[in-house]
Amino acid sequence: MTKIIVVTSGKGGVGKTTTSAAFAMGLALEGYKTAVIDFDVGLRNLDLVMGCERRVVYDFVNVINKEARLNQALIRDKRTENLYILPASQTKDKESLTMEGVEGVLEELKASFDYIVCDSPAGIEHGAFMAMYFADEALVVTNPEISSVRDSDRILGLLASKTKRVVENRTPVKEHLLLTRYSPERVLKGEMLSVKDIQEILSIPLLGVIPESEAVLTASNQGVPVIANSSSEAGMAYHDCVARFLGEDVEMRFIDPKKKSIFSKFFGGN
Amino acid sequence: MGLFDYFNANRKSAEVAKERLSILIARDKIQRNRPSFLPQLQDELLAVIKKYVDISQDDISITLDRDADCEILELNIALPERACQREEKSAEPEPPREP
Ligand SMILES: Nc1ncnc2c1ncn2[C@@H]1O[C@H](COP(=O)(O)OP(=O)(O)OP(=O)(O)O)[C@@H](O)[C@H]1O
Ligand SMILES: [Mg+2]
Repeated sequence: MTKIIVVTSGKGGVGKTTTSAAFAMGLALEGYKTAVIDFDVGLRNLDLVMGCERRVVYDFVNVINKEARLNQALIRDKRTENLYILPASQTKDKESLTMEGVEGVLEELKASFDYIVCDSPAGIEHGAFMAMYFADEALVVTNPEISSVRDSDRILGLLASKTKRVVENRTPVKEHLLLTRYSPERVLKGEMLSVKDIQEILSIPLLGVIPESEAVLTASNQGVPVIANSSSEAGMAYHDCVARFLGEDVEMRFIDPKKKSIFSKFFGGN
Repeated sequence: MGLFDYFNANRKSAEVAKERLSILIARDKIQRNRPSFLPQLQDELLAVIKKYVDISQDDISITLDRDADCEILELNIALPERACQREEKSAEPEPPREP
């Protein structure tokens, strides 16, 4: 059975596209045939993060409008087998994503893919609604910041009431908290909300924590999802998240400050 | 208290953030779960009260609050000075309702 995963947040710029790219590549690397769709019509940038911007000919809206066939618009990732990207349109407006149109594309993808990852636009308007409506599971991307946590709570409310699974009286969308841009050092100093604080407030299961990492910018400069950088903390953290998502029991990493020396640990220094 | 005391150096900002968030989210939830009949209830009450006292839409407010594990429907009507000695009169909260 194909699973549709929405990567959503409410608040903008928290790491949805970074996560969508990394997560989709992670699933593909595990051998699952995966498609990642950019729902951010008008502001597409998943293709940039995936490094396939020059290969975009047709897009999601073209397929919905029957101006292109799905397999003409899908871009195969050159590095990873099993990974395909469906870019958003840069010119059309968000209303081009009709309920029937989106459902049609998802149904067609279901015939040959194991996972469909939907990169949601920010906000709680039409585009975000379309990205979440057909989802089976949701990655709620949250930054350790008041406004982001509040928006995530808002999104959880929508996931629990405005999705197809709820409308059809099936089990609701399975929610996963993904905390990104986390700085254990700042948490220790009392300058940042901790994983525990946020989990307490949102009360959904934690899928993982992605630390604030310079590797993310480097990766996006190069058009390579950060998960491909297996020596970076963010890359490793995303890898762990994918493993957990697939049911493996992986211990949380990067949630404690790096230890300075064994002495500071034992003698209580900072 | 000086303006700079607002930036209380002894209190960790994350602690302040958590406290603000907890309150905020509890309030958001209440807003979200507000029964949709509240605005209509407010209109109808206004119509009834207007028969006796001259008040406007702004003088009447209905809020639904959650206190521990019971909900309180609070009705506030501000009467004009001439109609009443006191500025504001609060109705008794209704008995707790099932959420
Ligand atoms: N773990 C991280 N460490 C450092 N920087 C990060 C991290 N995650 C994301 N970023 C940076 O944050 C910015 C926003 O990321 P991204 O585009 O993935 O967010 P988004 O939620 O998709 O934004 P939008 O709402 O505009 O679609 C980018 O510049 C990205 O490089
Ligand atoms: Mg994005």
